[in-house]
Amino acid sequence: MFHIYCPYCEEHREEEEFHPKGQAHIQRPVDPEACSDEAWGDYLFFRDNPRGIHHELWVHAVGCRKFFNITRHTVSYEILETYKMGEKPSITAADLSEKDKQAGVQAASGGWQTVGARPESEALNKEARA
Amino acid sequence: MTQVNRLKQGGRIDRSRPLKFVFNGQQYAGYGGDTLASALLANGVDIVNRSFKYSRPRGIVAAGAEEPNAVVQLGATEAAQVPNVRATQQALYQGLTARSTNGWPNVQRDLMGMVGKLSGTFMPPGFYYKTFMAPASLWMTYEKYIRKSAGLGRSPAEPDPDSYEHINQHCDVLIIGAGPAGLTAAVTAARNGARVIFCDEQEEMGGSLLDSRELIDDMPAAQWVDRILDELSSLSNVTLLPRTTANGYHDHNFVTLHERRTEHLGDSAPTGGRRQARARLHRVRASQVVLAAGAHERPLVYANNDVPGNLLAGAVSTYIRRYGVMPGQKLVLSVTNDHAYRTALDWQEAGCEVVAIADARANPKGELVEKAQSLGIRIIAQSAVIEAKGSNRVSAACVAKIDADSFSVVGRVEELACDTIASSGGYSPVIHLSSHTGTRPLWRDDILGFVPGEVKGLTATGGVRGVYPLHEVIRDAADAGVRATLAAGVKTHAEATTLPQVAARQDGEACALYQVPHRKPSMRAPKQFVDLQNDVTAAGIELATREGFESIEHIKRYTAMGFGTDQGKLGNINGMAIAARCLKRTIPEVGTTVFRPNYTPVTFGAIAGRHCRDLFDPERYTALHQWHVEQGAEFEDVGQWKRPWYFPRTVNGKKETMHEAVSRECLAVREHIGILDASTLGKIDIQGPDAREFLGRVYTNKWAKLDVGRVRYGLMCKDDGMLMDDGTTSCLGENHFLMTTTTGGAAGVMEWMELWHQTEWPELDVYFTSVTDHWATMTVTGPDARKLLAEITDIDLDKDQFKFMDWREGTVAGVPARVFRISFTGELSYEINVQANYAMHVWKTLFEHGEKYELTPYGTETMHVLRAEKGLIIVGQDTDGSVTPEDLGMQWAIGYDKPFTWIGKRALSRPDTRRADRKQFVGLKPKDAKVVLEEGAQIVLDPNQSIPMAMVGHVTSSYYSPTLGHGFALAVVKGGHQRMGETVYLPMVDGTVYEAEIVSPVFVDPKGERQHV
Repeated sequence: MFHIYCPYCEEHREEEEFHPKGQAHIQRPVDPEACSDEAWGDYLFFRDNPRGIHHELWVHAVGCRKFFNITRHTVSYEILETYKMGEKPSITAADLSEKDKQAGVQAASGGWQTVGARPESEALNKEARA
Repeated sequence: MTQVNRLKQGGRIDRSRPLKFVFNGQQYAGYGGDTLASALLANGVDIVNRSFKYSRPRGIVAAGAEEPNAVVQLGATEAAQVPNVRATQQALYQGLTARSTNGWPNVQRDLMGMVGKLSGTFMPPGFYYKTFMAPASLWMTYEKYIRKSAGLGRSPAEPDPDSYEHINQHCDVLIIGAGPAGLTAAVTAARNGARVIFCDEQEEMGGSLLDSRELIDDMPAAQWVDRILDELSSLSNVTLLPRTTANGYHDHNFVTLHERRTEHLGDSAPTGGRRQARARLHRVRASQVVLAAGAHERPLVYANNDVPGNLLAGAVSTYIRRYGVMPGQKLVLSVTNDHAYRTALDWQEAGCEVVAIADARANPKGELVEKAQSLGIRIIAQSAVIEAKGSNRVSAACVAKIDADSFSVVGRVEELACDTIASSGGYSPVIHLSSHTGTRPLWRDDILGFVPGEVKGLTATGGVRGVYPLHEVIRDAADAGVRATLAAGVKTHAEATTLPQVAARQDGEACALYQVPHRKPSMRAPKQFVDLQNDVTAAGIELATREGFESIEHIKRYTAMGFGTDQGKLGNINGMAIAARCLKRTIPEVGTTVFRPNYTPVTFGAIAGRHCRDLFDPERYTALHQWHVEQGAEFEDVGQWKRPWYFPRTVNGKKETMHEAVSRECLAVREHIGILDASTLGKIDIQGPDAREFLGRVYTNKWAKLDVGRVRYGLMCKDDGMLMDDGTTSCLGENHFLMTTTTGGAAGVMEWMELWHQTEWPELDVYFTSVTDHWATMTVTGPDARKLLAEITDIDLDKDQFKFMDWREGTVAGVPARVFRISFTGELSYEINVQANYAMHVWKTLFEHGEKYELTPYGTETMHVLRAEKGLIIVGQDTDGSVTPEDLGMQWAIGYDKPFTWIGKRALSRPDTRRADRKQFVGLKPKDAKVVLEEGAQIVLDPNQSIPMAMVGHVTSSYYSPTLGHGFALAVVKGGHQRMGETVYLPMVDGTVYEAEIVSPVFVDPKGERQHV
């Protein structure tokens, strides 16, 4: 159960009040008729499935009925920020890996895998360090 | 029966409050403050259950949530039955009635036990997979007997008289576990002013301090507990929740707590005035969580370690010191660490004999070891109990010198007569809750256990992170309390943290021992149990690894280790250690399985709370509902709405069947006049200068030229070109429209339009308001509709003034109304919309005037038949998200040349939507007029082809038409529009094959003249 900050209501509310609407920042092509079938198919059906930072569209369905965006970590489920329609995220996957590198974090994008008990995670850590 | 094992004095029980209880039909006595387990031990009951797979006799092993054997069925009456209750967690109350979950005919003489004895290899791991593989059809037969012999708990067959509640809670710091760590953290956070929720699963708060030998601030630990609890309960910023288990740790510090409020009082909640809630589920959103869940003692795995009389060392101390019960007379203790020596001290102080302590360490030393030595207790170094003797009760312990490195017995085996064997292989931190979040636990070699991985917002403290000596626990927990308080944004002040004085204890180092070696290899030795609840043995795990299972998750599933209500509390680490030894890996390399919520079983009542019976799901009623009820309507659920399904009449004392009622209602509409309560239709009010432009973008057809006073039917697609909803939209004013949606689609359409407006076209000036509940809709339909309506309206109903697909404003029955001339039946129809609170008046006025026309109310079933006769679709019944408007043959409702590329248009020119063999919407006329085809039936072109046949479509709607006098259906068929007149076949499950002809989906009045009259 997420605890979600609605940027319009300006408070944290329970997940029950919201509906997820999939990946954020997917813009409908301005001139659909000019799209190739493949480009139109990509717009319709293809979505990212990242391990780590993901920007998502949500709606405060039983609250203010406003759509807004969430930057969420798909491993830790941490919500890193919420922002209004038309705004850009301040945290992106690219930024985060850069910050991690500067801070000397060993594995890619944080989360439980970095300290896991599994032997393969040790190898992952080594890889990330190199 | 007397309490033979009850000590003359001591314990925290209330000897002034004697209680009677019944176990397996026999009456016993105990005291207030007892658990069912301590009372059974006090009465000398050795066998409390039979094991799950081998039906071996089992006794009580532990004193808390980790108990694997003493799982009972509770309840004196049928309605009060509670399955799978741990006797160690159930407080005793007057008249408590319990029985063993397993054992047939009873636990003392168990026939199934013979099965276990006949052959050690009768039920190897994977037994079910191997034995009952084939034929698959017989599994149902096998399962019945397996379930009977396995004897799982059963649910009550009668309704639960109790009520349950959910509470949403918020706090700065949630502290889980009220042992020394939890108490210290809680009092630290509370003194600093944080809002604290403090929960503990036991009857009494205090955890290990309730049976501790140690002193805090120069007083017995239990006395210090009382003082801290007094202080906490006096603080208004603290909520104390005893008898409350933190069962699930979910995202963003959302924790579910299961509070048992009356289960220590009786079978069901006491009824003094209002019955109080039996249990509460607290849904806590905590800013910070302090996990002070402590550790479970780990038993050693030796031969016959399941015979009654084998207990955990710590549990023995708990029974003696907390409950005043001696679990036996002669004790052999098998240990790997110093702390467990306290059990020998407690045993001897209670006046019974400690035969020996077998210590796996070569050179045990430490304060407690010295104390035991000074009391003259025999300590056998570098040794362990390798086998227990006895069948229904331990009679002796076989102790031998062992070499853990080579996993072998190296010395002579000495048989020591005793009736109790207590073992301690160290401690396993209770990492279950932290693991719920998905974090992987970390193995620590220094404490020989897993500790919680990192979780945001969680601070682990005390035993759960491997800090065991009391003085260190208190320091660690005070620090955790300060950190959590600060992290929650509450300021701390130094004087709030005063550490109590505890003597530092010097413990010797513990050694690693899990499975104890036997003279024989594991496969040949008597059974060495790892998981007592699921009857998983060391040999079973060895076998699994030999058969190629390497992942601990696979070994778990193959052997059933850590399954069920046990969730690997006692056995998991031992099982992993055995797997690691067999696979020649380390424990961290083998890893741990994933713990999932719930930590201990939660009753369905607590999960459901008040969300049951009438409150399970909201029910929506129209303004006319009461009238329908009074007319004896049968109702149908449409979404959350209750809609009249049909109105059966009683003719000559006999109630009509649905078929009879629907036939009568259909003919009434076609021949005279019928009336439908259509209030549930979704209605969305759309206003703004760009409302018309917006409609043009979300609907497939054109809206630019719809005049005020006109109505148009519209189709709504998703951008993939598939139909998602349909309905009519009326132009109320140049910038004002009223859209109707399907009953079930209203909320979705509203959100859909907001999505496009807010995300893609915010520049459009348009607003949407849901007005579904504001208006009641009454459809009068049939040849007499105009005559009836004319009697009670001031609206000019002249057929040339008020045409089909017009709407007019005026009064009906004296109240303001909007009347829409639209038809879902194909007959002359008027949909009268009035404010919902006028609806009943208008409805009754219609019936007063309608009597002479035989005005007949009809329900959704007749509505379906009438619309299907006209080939009118129902979205979601005749379509399924893979149907385009073109598939439906509705090219007339598609504005290909609209300037804006409306939603769905581009997709209609993709190769897949242009395929000639798409399933297309057609009518089906069965060759046999009596046949009503089955909805969902598959359609084939050649019934004689071999199975699997090529299916070319299916029936979407099918009814008997009283108007036509035969059955008819709507269907989708590949390339159906080009197959008019062709014959198709519908093979049924019973072998019958129906023949049908593909026809136009419009069966009645194909030219559509009747709705225009």
